[in-house]
Amino acid sequence: MILSGSPHIRSNASVTKIMLDVIIALVPACIAGVYFFGPGTLTTIALCIASAVGCEAAIQYFTKRDIAIKDLSAVLTGLLLALNLPPNVPWYLPVFGAAFAIIIVKQCFGGLGHNFMNPALGGRAFLMISWPVAMTAFLVPNGGIDAISTATPLAALTNSSVEVATIGDLFFGNVAGCIGETSAFALLIGGAYLLIKRIISFRIPGAYLGTVAVFACLTALAAPGATGSSVLETVLFHLLSGGVMLGAFFMATDYVTSPMNRNAQIVFGVGCGVVTMVIRLWGGYPEGVSFSILFMNLFAPLLDRAFKRKVFGEVRSVEEQ
Amino acid sequence: MEKPVLKGVFVNGILNENPLFRLVLGTCPSIAVSTSLTNAVGMGAAAMFVLICSNILISLLRNFIPDKVRIPCYIVVIAMFVTVVQMVLKAFVPALDEALGIFIPLIVVNCIILARAESFASKNGVAASAIDGLGMGIGFTIALMMIAFVRELLGTGSLFGVRVLPEGYPDALMFILAPGGFLVLGLLLALVNYFLSGKKKKKKKGGAH
Repeated sequence: MILSGSPHIRSNASVTKIMLDVIIALVPACIAGVYFFGPGTLTTIALCIASAVGCEAAIQYFTKRDIAIKDLSAVLTGLLLALNLPPNVPWYLPVFGAAFAIIIVKQCFGGLGHNFMNPALGGRAFLMISWPVAMTAFLVPNGGIDAISTATPLAALTNSSVEVATIGDLFFGNVAGCIGETSAFALLIGGAYLLIKRIISFRIPGAYLGTVAVFACLTALAAPGATGSSVLETVLFHLLSGGVMLGAFFMATDYVTSPMNRNAQIVFGVGCGVVTMVIRLWGGYPEGVSFSILFMNLFAPLLDRAFKRKVFGEVRSVEEQ
Repeated sequence: MEKPVLKGVFVNGILNENPLFRLVLGTCPSIAVSTSLTNAVGMGAAAMFVLICSNILISLLRNFIPDKVRIPCYIVVIAMFVTVVQMVLKAFVPALDEALGIFIPLIVVNCIILARAESFASKNGVAASAIDGLGMGIGFTIALMMIAFVRELLGTGSLFGVRVLPEGYPDALMFILAPGGFLVLGLLLALVNYFLSGKKKKKKKGGAH
C-alpha cells in the first residue's frame, strides 16, 4: 500500500470490483457469441476460464504466494481469451492458450499489475503462431448442427472470392469470426456500461476507432470512382468487422498495459488504429487488432514518460533550462 | 592462477561458466540453429572443433601476438579453422551444411570463441587452453541440445527427426519459429540458474546463522 499526504479520495473501488464490472460488460458479447455460433462456444469459454484460474492458483501455490484467484483477474483473462478464439476450436487451444497467458505473460513478469503486455492477447498471439490453421477455422453463424467453416468478412479485403457481408449483419454479428468479436452491437452495450461506470475513459477507444475511421476514409477516397456512399460503407465496414470493437473497448483499455497519462492514452489509441489498418490493408494476416495492441503495449511506458507532466511548483534543473 | 587445475577448467566450462546459460554468450546462433537436435549437435561439434583448435594455436602464439592487434590476429586464426570446418561439412554432410547455412561462417565472430581466446587462451598454457576449449565446447553443445530438445519435441513432436509423440499431438509451430527460441532460451536460462545458484544461497544462509 502506498501512503501519501492528504487529501485522500475515498472510494470503494477495488481490483475485484473493476474486474467484475468488465466481466459484466462482456456478458452481452458472450450471449451474442452463443446465439450465433451455438452452445459449443460455452465449452470454449468454460475451458479458457477454468484453465486460466487453475494455472493462476497453481503458480501462486508453487511460488508460495497468496492465492489471489478471488480478484477475478484470471477469470477475466480467460474470458477475454475465449472471446478472441474461433468457435468450436479443439480443446487444447483454450487450455494451452490460457495457460500461456497466465504463466508466461502474466506470472513470469510478476503477476497482476506487472505484466508488460495484455495476457489474453499474448495467449492469442501464441495460439495464432502455433496453430494457425485451427485459429482461422471460422464457422458460418447459425450453421445449425453441421458446422460449416468459412472465411471472415475481412478476408474479402485480400481475397476477392469471399462474399462481402452487409453492414447490418456486421453490426449485429451475423458473420463469421471469433466468439466475442462479431457483434458490434453487443460490444457497444458493454462499452457503454464501462464508460458510464467510469471504468474506462473514452480516450483510448475513441482515438483507436477514430483513427481506423479516418484511415478507412482516406483509403476509400483514394480508390477510383469514390462516392459518398462507398466511402461511408468502407468506414463502417472497417469499424464493425473483425475485432476492432472488442479490442478498442476491452483490450486496449487494460489498466496495466496502457499508458496512464491522458495525452499518452490518445497517442496509444492512434498508434493501435494505424497499426491495425496497416496490417489489414497490407499485412499478411487478415486482421491486425491483437498484434497492434500488443505492439502498442510495448510503447506504453515510453509514452507515459514522454508525456510526463511537470508537478506544480517543481523547480527545473539546470540542464533542462 | 599460474597453473589452473585441468579438471576444474573442464568442469567450469560445462557448469559454472556454461557459455550459454551462465555467460550468455553466443545466443544468436543458439536461437537460430536449435530448431532440431541434429542441427544442435552439428553446430555444437563445429563450434567445439574451432574452439579447441583456436585455443591451442592462440595459446602457442600468445607470446608473439602484439597486444595492440591481438583481436585481428585471433580472428584470422579462428577464420582459418572455420574455413576448414565449412569445407569438411560441404564435402561430407552437405545436408547439415545447408541446414546450418550462414551460421557456420558466422562462427568466426561467435563471441564464445573470441571470449575464450581473449580471456583464457592468451593467458594460459597449451594443455589448459585445450581442456578449456573442450569443456566450453561440450558446455555449449549440451546447452544447445537442451534448447533443441524442447523446441523439436514441442514444435514437431519428434527427436532427431523421428516422431516420438503420438500422431494426435498437435505440433505447436511457435517452438520452431523465432519466438519459441527466445522463450525456451529464457525459460531454460532461468531454470538452470535457479538450480546452480540455489545451492550457493543455501550455503550463504547456513553461514549467516
